[in-house]
Parts: sequence; C-alpha cells; structure tokens
Amino acid sequence: MIELRDVHKAFGPKQVLRGVNLTIDRGESMVIIGGSGTGKSVALKCILGLVTPDSGQILLDGEDVTKARSSRERDAFLARFGMLFQGGALFDSMTVWENVAFRLMRGSLKRPKDEAREIAIEKLRRVGLTPDVADQFPAELSGGMQKRVGLARAIAAEPEIIFFDEPTTGLDPIMSGVINELIREIVVEMGATAMTITHDMTSVRAIADKVAMLHGGTIHWTGPVSGMDSADDPYLRQFITGSAEGPIESVR
Amino acid sequence: MSVLSPVAAVGRSTLALVAALGRLAIFVGNTLSHLVRPPFYWREFLTQLMFIGYFSLPVVGLTTLFTGGALALQIYAGGARFNAEAVVPQIVALGMVRELGPVLGGLMVAGRVSAAIAAEIGTMKVTEQIDALVTLSTNPMKYLTVPRVLAATIALPFLAAVGNTIGIMGGYLVAVTRLDFNGATYVQTTVNFLQADDVISGLVKAAVFGFIVATMGCYHGMRSGRGAQGVGRATTDAVVSASVLILASNFLLTGLFFTE
Repeated sequence: MIELRDVHKAFGPKQVLRGVNLTIDRGESMVIIGGSGTGKSVALKCILGLVTPDSGQILLDGEDVTKARSSRERDAFLARFGMLFQGGALFDSMTVWENVAFRLMRGSLKRPKDEAREIAIEKLRRVGLTPDVADQFPAELSGGMQKRVGLARAIAAEPEIIFFDEPTTGLDPIMSGVINELIREIVVEMGATAMTITHDMTSVRAIADKVAMLHGGTIHWTGPVSGMDSADDPYLRQFITGSAEGPIESVR
Repeated sequence: MSVLSPVAAVGRSTLALVAALGRLAIFVGNTLSHLVRPPFYWREFLTQLMFIGYFSLPVVGLTTLFTGGALALQIYAGGARFNAEAVVPQIVALGMVRELGPVLGGLMVAGRVSAAIAAEIGTMKVTEQIDALVTLSTNPMKYLTVPRVLAATIALPFLAAVGNTIGIMGGYLVAVTRLDFNGATYVQTTVNFLQADDVISGLVKAAVFGFIVATMGCYHGMRSGRGAQGVGRATTDAVVSASVLILASNFLLTGLFFTE
C-alpha cells in the first residue's frame, strides 16, 4: 500500500536518509525502530509531505505522492491519514472536543457542529476518556490524557492509514501499556494500516506485525516481529538488548 | 586570517540580507495569493480582529493621550519664542493626524501584537501544531497568517482614528486647563484647520503599518527555531523588524504623500 523507494533527504550537510526502501502492506502494522536522530520522524514526515525528499519515490497505491498536485488532490490524500504526534500537538487555543472534531468542522469532511461534537465525544469514549473532558482545554489535562486526545483526533475521521510518532515517550510504564493496547485494538478494529515510530521495545512487541530498523540512513533489518529475537543481526541485537557494547557507537 | 577576510565578511552579510529579503518577499506573495483563494476562515478572522483591534484600544488610547498633552506643552513653549503660542491647536492636530497617531499606534501594536503572534505561531511550530494542521488538511498560511494579516490591516486605521481623536483631546485638555486656551475656540480652530488629505494619509499609513505588524509576527513565528530560545528569538525579531519597517515605511510614505 505504501512503498518508499530509495528515498534520500539531507538537511544542509547532514545526510539523514540515504536510500530508504520500505513496503507496508494494507492492514499491516509496521513499526520502525532506531536510535534518536536516525531519521525515523523524517521518513514519516516525507510520506505525509511535511518534508520533501531530495530524491526517490514514495508510492501510495502505486501513485507517486511526492509529485506536485492540486490542493484538492492533496486534501483527498491527507483525508486518508490520521497522525498521533509525539507531544500530542493539540491546539491549545481550542477545547478538547474541538481538537478531536477539527477535521470534521472544515474542508471536505465538514458536517454540522452538533454531529461533529457527538462524533468527538464518541471517539473520546473510545480512547477511555469521559465526556466531561470534552469542554476542557488541553493544558488542563495530564500527559497521558493528552496522548489519548491526540489519538482520538487521529481516528476521528476514520482514516485508512494511521501514523504514530513515539506514542509512549514521556509516559509512565502503566500508561504506556494502556496506550499500546489502545493502539493495537483500534488498528485491528478499524482495519487500518499503521506505521509507528518508537524506540520503546515493549511498544514494539505490543503493536507490531512487522518491524523495520533504521540505522545509518537506510533500513538495516526488516521482518516479522516474531523473527526479531532470533535474528542474528548484531545491530538489531544490540538495539533490542539495549547494550552499550556493540556495533552501534554510543556517545558517552 | 587572510587579507581578504573583511571583504568576505561584507559579502557574507550582503548575501544573508538579500536571502532574507527574498524569503520575506516569497512569504508576502504567498500570503497575498492565499488571501484571494478560498477557503477563508471567518471565525479566525473575527477573533483576530477582536484581539488586534479592540484589545489594543487601551494601549493606543493612553499613548496618544499623553503624547497629545506633551505636544501641546512643547509647541506652546517653543511657539512662545516668537510669539506664536496661538498655533497650538493646529500643530497638535496636524502632528497627531499625519504622524503621531498612526506611527505611535503602529509601534504600540507592533510591541503588543507582533510579539504575541510570533510567540503563538512559534510555539505552535515547536510543538508540531503546524504539522498537525497540515495533516488535518488545513493550510497554515490560510488558517493562521491570512486572518491575522487581514485583521491587522483593517484594524490599524480604526485604531489610528481613535488615537488621533484621543491625542487631539489630550492637547485640548492641557491647552484649556494649563495654557488658558478657550475650549470652544480650540475645537473650532482644529476642525477648520484639518483637511481631508491630512486625515486620509494618516489612515493609509496605519493600514500599511498593520500589514507590517502582522506579517512580521507570522513570518518570524513560522521560521522560529527549536525550543524556548527559538521562540524567544522569533518574538524579539518580530518586534524589532516590525518597528524598524514601520519607521522606514513611514518616511517613504510621508515623502510620497507630501512632496510635490
């Protein structure tokens, strides 16, 4: 469904992606792992068009999405995606329900305010929040609750493809577990294609069907999550075990 | 260090300046092109009109009130040197309407509004809210920049008009209470003296200043670097560049309006 072919991206002299090749099938949950600053977020932002790759192709259902398109086509393209941002990226000038219903109140998916609010509250309930948070502002919520609201916003318009950028960063282990479980449930029940970026191995085991490891600007290893532990790739080994000794250089 | 390094430094800063002007020109062109293409976010526009226009009234009112008063005192004292104390109403009116109303209004709003816009948009950028807007099929230029720029361009002439009136009133209060002017005569003189051109030129200036204020706030906010430091810097840059551009464009516009 989504295919990256030899994608390169540099910021100034810094080469971040040096030929990424990756295929994600429909309905599959792909998790990309890799150390901080290896370009996981950049790869994801390239697909959404938030970052333009220097070279290479990104195909969605066989069509190259990096080519310039009309705003209508771009709108239709983005309507297929939902994204949970690392820090939630909730709009702090709006209430929780307005955040969740943002896409439902403007553009091609616009519907009446009452209906949008109803859907928002239903989605909030889906992520385990009670309707009374609907009229609060994001700043009044805890980190875990903000993540849930972000999740509710990502799924509000029933997207086919959902991206999760480090969904458990900054959460306590129990809340991480809850979020992982929610992500798994929602992806399965919506039949969505998911792509997650993380360096939390618990998260990987809870969410992934397939795993890809990004290192040195390329996909270093890819395979099903069940094959991850038996793989004899030294880089992957080191990442899974969290060892300071190994081929990946660590700065001390 | 080579002999040529001072020359290289001049070259570098010249290139940086030209690049910055180019980026700014592209940003302004982008803003204008989004202004004329749908969708237009009315709610955002009205919120900004309220914030930029209505809530700036106290600041602009106080500034122009005191300036009008000080102006009356100065002109009286200066005029007394050649027995021309009687020109206070005319000069206060002319000074306020042509120059001080729009310029002081613009500068005060630059401090209040440019900073607020740059800080808000900069924080949105740093916390990925701008990216979130894009993924939710909303163009940040249309949703954030266009409403702010349009609201400021419309609000500033009204603020300047209020500022002009209050400034003249400040002069009136000082003249009548401290300088023994007759109130009715003061008002009469002011009204008879001012011409439509004086007022209109001031209001046109104010509209330009409004455009500058919001554009600088949005431009620096959108280009904000990472972290609290990045946002702080964007805010400072927005206020400084807006203020300098207001004063520079004021000089150019005055030249345009009042030299034959």
